[in-house]
Amino acid sequence: MLINFVPRAAPSRAMQYASPLLAVALMMVLGFILCIAVGRNPLTTFYVFTISPVSTLYGFGELLIKAAPLVLIAMGLAIGFQSNIWNIGAEGQLTMGAICAGGLALHYASGDNGFALPAMIVAGAGGGMLWAAIPAFLRSRFNASEILVSLMLNYVAQLLLSYLVYGPWRDPQGFNFPQSRPLPPDALYPILLGDTRLNAGVLIALAAVLLGWLLMKRSFIGFQLKVTGLAEPAARYAGFSTKRAIWFGMLAGGLAAGLAGVGEVAGPLGQLFPTASRGYGYAAIIVAFLGRLNPVGILIAGLFMSLLYLGGEAAQIELNLPSAVTGLFQGTLLFFLLAIDVLVNFRIVVSPARPLRETVS
Amino acid sequence: MTGSMLISIVMATLVAGTPLAYAALGELVAEESGVLNLGIEGMMLAGAVTGFIAASATNSVWIGVAAGMMAGAALAAVFAVVAITLLASQVAAGLALAIFGTGLSSLLGKGYTGTSLVLEPSSVAAVVNQIPIVGPLLTQLHPLVYLSWLLFAGVNYFLYKTKAGLILRAVGESPASAHAIGYPVIRIRYLATIFGGAMSGVAGAYLATVYTPLWTEGMTAGRGWIALALVVFGTWRPARVLFGAYLFGGVTTAQLFAQGAGIPLPPELMSSLPYIATIVVLVLITRSRTLVRMNAPAALGQSFHAYA
Repeated sequence: MLINFVPRAAPSRAMQYASPLLAVALMMVLGFILCIAVGRNPLTTFYVFTISPVSTLYGFGELLIKAAPLVLIAMGLAIGFQSNIWNIGAEGQLTMGAICAGGLALHYASGDNGFALPAMIVAGAGGGMLWAAIPAFLRSRFNASEILVSLMLNYVAQLLLSYLVYGPWRDPQGFNFPQSRPLPPDALYPILLGDTRLNAGVLIALAAVLLGWLLMKRSFIGFQLKVTGLAEPAARYAGFSTKRAIWFGMLAGGLAAGLAGVGEVAGPLGQLFPTASRGYGYAAIIVAFLGRLNPVGILIAGLFMSLLYLGGEAAQIELNLPSAVTGLFQGTLLFFLLAIDVLVNFRIVVSPARPLRETVS
Repeated sequence: MTGSMLISIVMATLVAGTPLAYAALGELVAEESGVLNLGIEGMMLAGAVTGFIAASATNSVWIGVAAGMMAGAALAAVFAVVAITLLASQVAAGLALAIFGTGLSSLLGKGYTGTSLVLEPSSVAAVVNQIPIVGPLLTQLHPLVYLSWLLFAGVNYFLYKTKAGLILRAVGESPASAHAIGYPVIRIRYLATIFGGAMSGVAGAYLATVYTPLWTEGMTAGRGWIALALVVFGTWRPARVLFGAYLFGGVTTAQLFAQGAGIPLPPELMSSLPYIATIVVLVLITRSRTLVRMNAPAALGQSFHAYA
């Protein structure tokens, strides 16, 4: 028996939608098998992972708080990804956003004149975009791989943040902990829902989804970016500038990641710590793929990925499982998705072994 | 600068450059077959954690290195299934591998975080140490450092002096032509990818059992990505890649020596040097488009599907 992949005449729409769901299902099956293998009750684990984190209002708020940076960054990255601009530096761009916004609040926010938060949003967005502009410039001017440059800058941003909180920005009253002073109250996003930590930062993520949808589906530049990704020679022939696609794709990611950084420092963190992100910049890559680079898909995928984060924490507390399972599940999920995606462009044909010889003889 | 200090700088450079040399030479072979595997960081971390666990269980660096090698190869095989057989984008599959390997390694290494490895000195080294003059010098470096030179010579010989190496490069230049002549493109790409993974595993195991020797989460600290850049920096030539690895080993050691000499710079600035240097060398090489186009495998990063 021979299993062959035969190209489809056109990509299968049904598979495009089914593939993320199948990938999630496969990941769950794998989780069940793993549970049985290590002698845990799979149903209890499933409950702890998916139901119990969101069974309270507080938990629901946490779900949205964690989903917000994921959705926001994934939306920004998707704009680049669809034109094959691989910004994997969102982690560093988020960190720079947090540094710029946090630094501004620590040094200039005083009293409540209402300017602190808007200024921080601008500063954070600027920081993220500046950090994304470096790989964009080096790629468009010198052809240097934006993948490697943006990734290297993650480490540089991380080191800069840790320099600041261990050094000049360390809280003098912080018992020598590596952390900044707490941000003043007017530099924090207002809480939207009592008894939760849900803050106004999630509205920015929602706005980003709306804006992303308009940009990708209803604007000319969105069309140009899409063509650049699908067929670069065609895009060039039509006069769509590749360099502009690079700049636009990178800066969109940097802007989104910078805003996510503001959301962290002016939201759940409330001050600067040696790390600003819990791997959101990397997880958002998976969210973008899982959501098919589609705004609505990204929203759903972001909520799901946030649940994985919460589930990992709950499993750590209630089942004594290491929270690293979250990272493992994230990677597995992307693998499954990419594997199943072969069926979008190909169909499986099972033929008897060596058909040629049979017809010849 | 005294002679002994110079020797210790050279030694430290070789020690720090070795993991980069293994990972980059492995990736070079994979890329010559047309497979761009971005997941070196994940394979190195998996190699590091399994190497560390195996070495601390058996008290043998060599068993640790073998375990790390197998872990790297296993992860590369997963990547190969997704990217070669199932035709996924190599970039996306490589990112998945990097994330997966990072998660897997911190899960496996949970009980070992922060513990360090105490190994008995090897009996072979004691014998070598007896050799007059060169003996003590030789034993300052781990045998894996010398083995990396062997690897370099082997890769160089294989790629440019053997028929198999020529076929491998042909697959990386034009898989369709290689397939038409009758060479098994998929199988060759699998083997090259798995070899690359095995070498990344060795690099990780070296880090966790010889270089530090201890396990901490994310201990490779971007070396997998630097190795990727080194292949570009070396314009896909083994000798230049090895040179690049030692150049970066030197940059890594410079920060230690600067700290030792009491140069008043923040340690974070020194730690960021290798990453900034990576960006600089990447720009220096790739700004000449012809240089890259002349040397890069023409089909690098492209999936191959022989539809018959």
